[in-house]
Amino acid sequence: MSARDEILARVRDAVADVTTPPRAAETPTTEGAGAAGPAAGPAAGPARDATLELFAENVADYRATVLRATGEEVPAVLADVLAGLECRSLVVPSGLDPSWLSRLPDAVVRVPESEATSHGQLDDVDAVVTTATVGIAVTGTIVLDHAAGQGRRELTLVPDIHVCVVADRDVVPHVSDAVTRLRPSPGSARPLTWISGPSATSDIELQRVEGVHGPRTLVVVLVSEPTSKEGPGDAVPTRGGGH
Amino acid sequence: MSPASRGDGPRVALFATCFNDTMWPGTPKATVRLLERLGCRVEFPLQQTCCGQMLTNTGYAAEAVPLVRRFVEVFGDYDHVVAPSGSCVGSVREQHPMIAKDDAVLSSRVAEVAPRVLELSEFLVDVLGVTDVGAYFPHRVTYHPTCHSLRMIRVADRPLQLLRAVRGIDLVELAGAEECCGFGGTFAMKNADVSIAMGSDKARNVLDTGAEVLVAGDNSCLAHIGGILGRQRSGVRTMHLAEILASTEEHPA
Amino acid sequence: MSPDPAHDRTVGRGAGQAAYPPVQVTSPTFVGMPKFPKAARAELANAQQRRNLRHATHTIRDKRAHVVAEVDDWEALRVKGADAKDEALTHLADYLERLEESLTANGAVVHWARDAAEANRIVVDIVRAKEVDEVVKVKSMVTQEIELNEALEAAGVSAWETDLAELIVQLGHDRPSHILVPAIHRNRKEIRDIFLREMGAVGRPAPDDLTDDPARLAEAARLHLREKFLRAKVGISGANFAVADSGTLVVVESEGNGRMCLTLPETLISVVGIEKVLPTWDDLTTMLQLLPRSSTGERMNPYTTMWTGVHEGDGPQEVHVVLLDNGRSHVLADRVGRQALRCIRCSACLNVCPVYERTGGHAYGSVYPGPIGAVLNPQLRGTTSDIDRSLPYASSLCGACFDACPVRINIPELLVELRGKVVEESGPTPESTAMKAAAWVLSDPRRLATAQKAATIAGRLAGGRTIRSVPGLGAWTNARDLPTPPRETFRQWWVREHGNEDA
Repeated sequence: MSARDEILARVRDAVADVTTPPRAAETPTTEGAGAAGPAAGPAAGPARDATLELFAENVADYRATVLRATGEEVPAVLADVLAGLECRSLVVPSGLDPSWLSRLPDAVVRVPESEATSHGQLDDVDAVVTTATVGIAVTGTIVLDHAAGQGRRELTLVPDIHVCVVADRDVVPHVSDAVTRLRPSPGSARPLTWISGPSATSDIELQRVEGVHGPRTLVVVLVSEPTSKEGPGDAVPTRGGGH
Repeated sequence: MSPASRGDGPRVALFATCFNDTMWPGTPKATVRLLERLGCRVEFPLQQTCCGQMLTNTGYAAEAVPLVRRFVEVFGDYDHVVAPSGSCVGSVREQHPMIAKDDAVLSSRVAEVAPRVLELSEFLVDVLGVTDVGAYFPHRVTYHPTCHSLRMIRVADRPLQLLRAVRGIDLVELAGAEECCGFGGTFAMKNADVSIAMGSDKARNVLDTGAEVLVAGDNSCLAHIGGILGRQRSGVRTMHLAEILASTEEHPA
Repeated sequence: MSPDPAHDRTVGRGAGQAAYPPVQVTSPTFVGMPKFPKAARAELANAQQRRNLRHATHTIRDKRAHVVAEVDDWEALRVKGADAKDEALTHLADYLERLEESLTANGAVVHWARDAAEANRIVVDIVRAKEVDEVVKVKSMVTQEIELNEALEAAGVSAWETDLAELIVQLGHDRPSHILVPAIHRNRKEIRDIFLREMGAVGRPAPDDLTDDPARLAEAARLHLREKFLRAKVGISGANFAVADSGTLVVVESEGNGRMCLTLPETLISVVGIEKVLPTWDDLTTMLQLLPRSSTGERMNPYTTMWTGVHEGDGPQEVHVVLLDNGRSHVLADRVGRQALRCIRCSACLNVCPVYERTGGHAYGSVYPGPIGAVLNPQLRGTTSDIDRSLPYASSLCGACFDACPVRINIPELLVELRGKVVEESGPTPESTAMKAAAWVLSDPRRLATAQKAATIAGRLAGGRTIRSVPGLGAWTNARDLPTPPRETFRQWWVREHGNEDA
């Protein structure tokens, strides 16, 4: 008997006392999908403001830098941030709104994602600028699904500076809202990276040290309105292409 | 015996616990004195023995079955069973159902009786509805909440409510109060080194309070901490909660 | 297959199945471990470790308490977490099949391993086929459990641990002593010495001017490991969760070493215990709230990676998942004991345990220390060895572990159950004779009263004196005075006051 069959037989036998059918077989897992989907767009109001406030507060609590800007201000804010971090080169994910980098000095080297083909090359780059697919207020988390504007996973891992532009409307209050929004679609599941502050370790005497292997600097720019009617993710022609 | 011994309050069966009965008779005596002062009619069913906790916790649950059977027989007719021990009450309420689970009849008896078994502070605060029991105890005291009082039967701050209302008391907070003292029944013998390491830390915290009396709801834990404090010639004495609550100007503890 | 009607606490086996041992084979590292009290005695004398552990456990304990208190209804979340795991465990075969189906549909290759040896063989074969002599590893309890590094080493493959604490342990030729922070027993000076002494032999040396500042030590680890990350062709991981309905594996971490290992290599091999399955994607909502708050005491850990098979053009293009039994089906067959398989390895129980705080992890003789280790090891390995027989007693049953457990594993209850099993298997011993005698005495009030006379006689003999030594009670009187027995029991007093009639 194969290991597979033998293990399955054993675990079946082990719970022979259980007579209830599996729950997931009864209830399809589609409930809630789309309820808080991007298209729905959270309503404005005091609750909304509190959610954004909490998000900013919790991101900052991890000692990440949080900046707030309007859509028009994004290019200037990014130029300031990258200049302040003495960034001389950055990798640009496919599908990132090109206008965002328009205020960067020409001296800053821009490496398009499609040309960053080796790990070593990424290791030589100072920074990456991306969007995120969702932000979670209660935990101060940003989640990347690595679609257009967010780059392959290694783009936000190897460079030492990560600047992430998060649209207001993509910030949800709770972990459950995010999990619902991020449910993988069958056949085209995306990889997900949940980021809550810069990398950190407490392995030495429980003293927290920020910055180990991932980007040691994380800057979150919270944008109060979409840069275009469709929003940043849709401002590019080829979503998910060129990977 | 005080003249109040046949009050018109609730009829209460005292479950003295075998450990108190044998080694610490002052505690059940104080419990009787206190409950009678508060108007209860206290009875001590002589057929009682032991809840079986030591057997169960050492791996001899089967040997504890006759004790569980005896317990429900002896105490089955009472609306209120009160014991001056969080640990033994925990054993009755949490472990008796487990021990009886293979015997349907016993199991249902346990389900009826066990919830009526209360630790002293639970009975005073929840049933009699008192926190000021008229006690007087002019000493510096610190309170150790024993693990089974705290995490098994969840007496919460009832003992502290009672202690705060004692006249003359100087009640001081114990650092690391909620941490186990290291007694743990046979753990104290089987893992004596770890037990003593834990007990030493507890004793140090007690000494740091400057208290002259350490109070708790379980004499077993007090025997362990007190044993260490005594070995250190610390001069701190241990007392059961019942003894402080029973203490008055006329009959000081 | 048809359920065996006689089956209750043991694993039944249908006819014709090839036998594999129901429990784990104890790895050579832990064979011959002394029983817990003996190992603990040695650890208690290690003053540096005592200080390190006290500081560390109290720090995490406080952080956890703080972030747990932030959650509106933590108890409801715990119940949901326990329910999700119970649902998976009680229908494990269904969910494993579902997981395999989802993984395969997304391009992953699924392997099944009955025990440690089979899992190691599978992994070594994949690595050999890639013709590499090194792999990078994400911290994983299960690969420690099966001693995969040793198996790879025997096959000529270096397995680089990349979690900072695991690196410290590996470079120090040491053993982990905590689930979350395996080098918790080491202080900064010891770590600096290890880095200076060992890093050069296996890669980029530590800088000569390395100090014991944790930030400098972390920087040294970053530089040392970076070249390994950038060149590694094969990564090896475990998984915190494996979602059956989507086929998603989840790794929760802090340093980014996990992301490196899960993203940069061309081939990824994940060894996953069969109890890691979650029924549905939605269950992550619960688990991603419970785990970080219980584990590191954070609202959310810095990095979580979720991957669903192969993602074209992003990350490893060859993805293997090894589903491992290694004693878990045996634990599952115990109706009470199976709740231990809910464990999500958060280590909250270690951090609140007064025993662990003083002994550290090594005394538990396993990669799973602390309260959950005292349960899981005898469950997974059986109770034939000294260490596994002694572990259920390595607890004062204070209950702090149960309160801290995010999936409501009633550890004290399981310890008591396991004690019963140890007693049952041990046959007659002096202890069992004494306990049976005690039961006989305690089951009858007249016998109890007779026995109590002995105590009161001792009380009269002692007078008011303190008892400091009694032959046979050394375990008590070595460091504690004995309470002086009274001259009269409560029962005698009651009868004297109230007469002999029963109430």
